[in-house]
Amino acid sequence: MKKICSLLALALLTFASPALSAPLNVVASFSVLGDMVQEVGGQDITLSVLVGPDGDAHTFEPAPIDAKLLHNADLIVMNGLELEKWMEKLVRASGTKADILIASEGVTPRKMNEDGQTIPDPHAWQDLTNGVIYIRNIEGALAKADPSHADDYKANAARLLTKLGALDTWTRAEIATVPEAKRKVITTHDAFGYFGAAYGVTFLAPAGISTEAEATAGNLARLIDQIKQEKIKALFIENMSDPRLMDTIAHETGAEMGGELYSDALSAASGPAPTYPAMFENNVPKLVAAMKLN
Amino acid sequence: MDLYQHLFAPFADYGFMRRALVACLALALGSGPIGTFLVLRRMSLMGDAISHAILPGAAIGFLVAGLSLWAMSLGGLVVGLTVALLAGLISRVTDLREDASLAGFYLMSLAAGVLIVSLRGSNVDLLHVLFGSILSVNDQALLLVAGIASLTLIVLAVIYRPLVAECFDSGFLRAVAGHGSLYHVIFLVLVVLNLVAGFQALGTLMAVGLMMLPAAAARFWAIEVWSLTALSIAIAFVSGWSGLLISYNYDLPSGPAIILTAGSFYIASIVLGRHGSIRARFFPGTHFHAR
Repeated sequence: MKKICSLLALALLTFASPALSAPLNVVASFSVLGDMVQEVGGQDITLSVLVGPDGDAHTFEPAPIDAKLLHNADLIVMNGLELEKWMEKLVRASGTKADILIASEGVTPRKMNEDGQTIPDPHAWQDLTNGVIYIRNIEGALAKADPSHADDYKANAARLLTKLGALDTWTRAEIATVPEAKRKVITTHDAFGYFGAAYGVTFLAPAGISTEAEATAGNLARLIDQIKQEKIKALFIENMSDPRLMDTIAHETGAEMGGELYSDALSAASGPAPTYPAMFENNVPKLVAAMKLN
Repeated sequence: MDLYQHLFAPFADYGFMRRALVACLALALGSGPIGTFLVLRRMSLMGDAISHAILPGAAIGFLVAGLSLWAMSLGGLVVGLTVALLAGLISRVTDLREDASLAGFYLMSLAAGVLIVSLRGSNVDLLHVLFGSILSVNDQALLLVAGIASLTLIVLAVIYRPLVAECFDSGFLRAVAGHGSLYHVIFLVLVVLNLVAGFQALGTLMAVGLMMLPAAAARFWAIEVWSLTALSIAIAFVSGWSGLLISYNYDLPSGPAIILTAGSFYIASIVLGRHGSIRARFFPGTHFHAR
């Protein structure tokens, strides 16, 4: 009993000492943002992520617990660029008073053509220089919401930014080992527009930008023609799509499956891409190896 | 040449189109007769209900074993059969009619399926998983669909007479043979099997479309059971064929294209059919060649 009392006292002392007691409640909309926020926030925040590992933020269906999380949040971090179309409704339903950070603010959005409509491409984090913008935005929002830990956030962010800078250099060097004419890849949906533009790789996809789009026979036939014509061998599935469509294409064209790329979601902690930098460390070598076969 | 370009070239050029067409043929051969009997037995909505029951079964199979054809088919089969048989059993031992108890059970299993899927947390794109795509039918799926179609035709050939007798006078069959419910159960098994086959190619909900729409359309053209069956097989296959071509030429998703083609056959039959259609009823003397 005595021991517990002293522990309690100790705990009270440590938590109560600086200014406020409870750590900042932050909710991130999906796993990639969640990892960024956790890295920058470190020990000083409590993080909840709405769409967890391997989940699809395009087609998420919120549950009441998600509204509750938002309601109790001090800060909400979302991607924007129309990725989380369900968010606006959820925020309104939750009646939250939290600040909302659009992490992609300041990014130059790419436009995408889907079914004749021009829509913004939400997958901005696939370019590491955009990742830097995300981290700066997150750092700023955290510091504003909890100024007492601003220095910690700044230090954490600086460490992460150094890492991303090195990763960016490494990615460019790796891609550069592939002859320019061979830098073509097939994926299940257009999630790599920013990656392609930043690092000079052409991505072709059988469906539109969103996983909601259904592949049509005409689309599939044109894609198969293109693969045959350009002799592409690099074929990838993402961590959340239907691999059967890719099997069909591989069967038809003799292309090879290059393994799993992580684009819209991180893997679980035990998987190959549990963090934002690990996502690149997983994707880049696989892309490079497959493109060399082209 | 031009006709060849339009009707056959896509299938000659692309393996996935061929496999999709073969899958449609197999589905038509199995679902055509099953649909006909469902219509004759006034059980048209039963197929719909059972297909809803297959969906959670397949989802459970997916959660247990991932994207495995066999696990998902087995899950769908087990849950579909359980629901169909339980509903039949309840209607026999209690006062509740079969349609009502079926509705009760399929709604429960559907809700349970949704619950199980969301419990897993990760919302892997289940629409794509559960609403299988006819464009990605692989050899395994093709074997499954063709096997089920073959089994269906063989079993139907064996139980054809008692099944037809039961359709029109279930009391008669029970009086002379006493096996009425046995044939009913075998038939239910076939219904579930065919819906599982259709689920692999078209998704659970679309599969019912290829089962019911051709059978309903055939009712306006034919009277005998054999001609009804043959006609619904033909309509189902032609719907599959033209649906695939429409999907190919106009960039439309293939599942809905196939079902809507079958649907347009149905609408046309309602208006123009030989027996009991709008034309037959209100303009009995007119024929196409009359003008």
